[in-house]
Amino acid sequence: MVHHARPTRLPIRTALWLAPVALMLVAPLPSFAQARDPVYAAARSAGQVGEKVDGYLGFVTPPAPDLRKTIEDINIKRRAVYADKAKGAGATIEEYALTSGCLLISHTTPGERYQAPDGSWQTRGAGMPIRDPRCP
Amino acid sequence: MTTTRVNVPVAYLANLRGSVMSRCRPVVAKSAVGIALVMGSSGCITVKTPEKPIVIELNINIKTEVLYRLASDANQTIDKNAEIF
Repeated sequence: MVHHARPTRLPIRTALWLAPVALMLVAPLPSFAQARDPVYAAARSAGQVGEKVDGYLGFVTPPAPDLRKTIEDINIKRRAVYADKAKGAGATIEEYALTSGCLLISHTTPGERYQAPDGSWQTRGAGMPIRDPRCP
Repeated sequence: MTTTRVNVPVAYLANLRGSVMSRCRPVVAKSAVGIALVMGSSGCITVKTPEKPIVIELNINIKTEVLYRLASDANQTIDKNAEIF
């Protein structure tokens, strides 16, 4: 009889080597789940949607029904997150949301829209955005 | 100071929006001066409610210190929930 043990050990070794490699390939996948909704991402890039002072998204131009729904859903989720985190931080939802608004406006990239403290829509340029004087 | 426009549903006033309320009562003049003041008026009080929705401007005062205290926490929240930001 021919021993089959030796040849069968090689694939196991290969599998052991491949396991970490496979993990490394799979590991970045959750970051894809963190990506923005494509409808939102497109509208944001096109300047139809912008970051408001109050920490929520706003419509720069009248939205199509599907865009309206997408953005309203995101704002509901944002509010839920703000509410949860505000409670943990001993702050009000409005305080937490306003702080987030400051940061989100800072995080806009050139070409994206944001709301200035006077309520007007601005397009982010290369420099710093116009923010509430209380912003950190 | 942040000025937030809040639409307050004042049901009673909303129902009367654009209407004219008028209330009349007999004018009883108690003195000669009173007669002089009342003369020429019908003795009716007329209130015309506005056509536009009733908006109350609320000034919500959030202090700078609060924003500074929450900034690092909020930054982490934004990073951890990137799909909605």
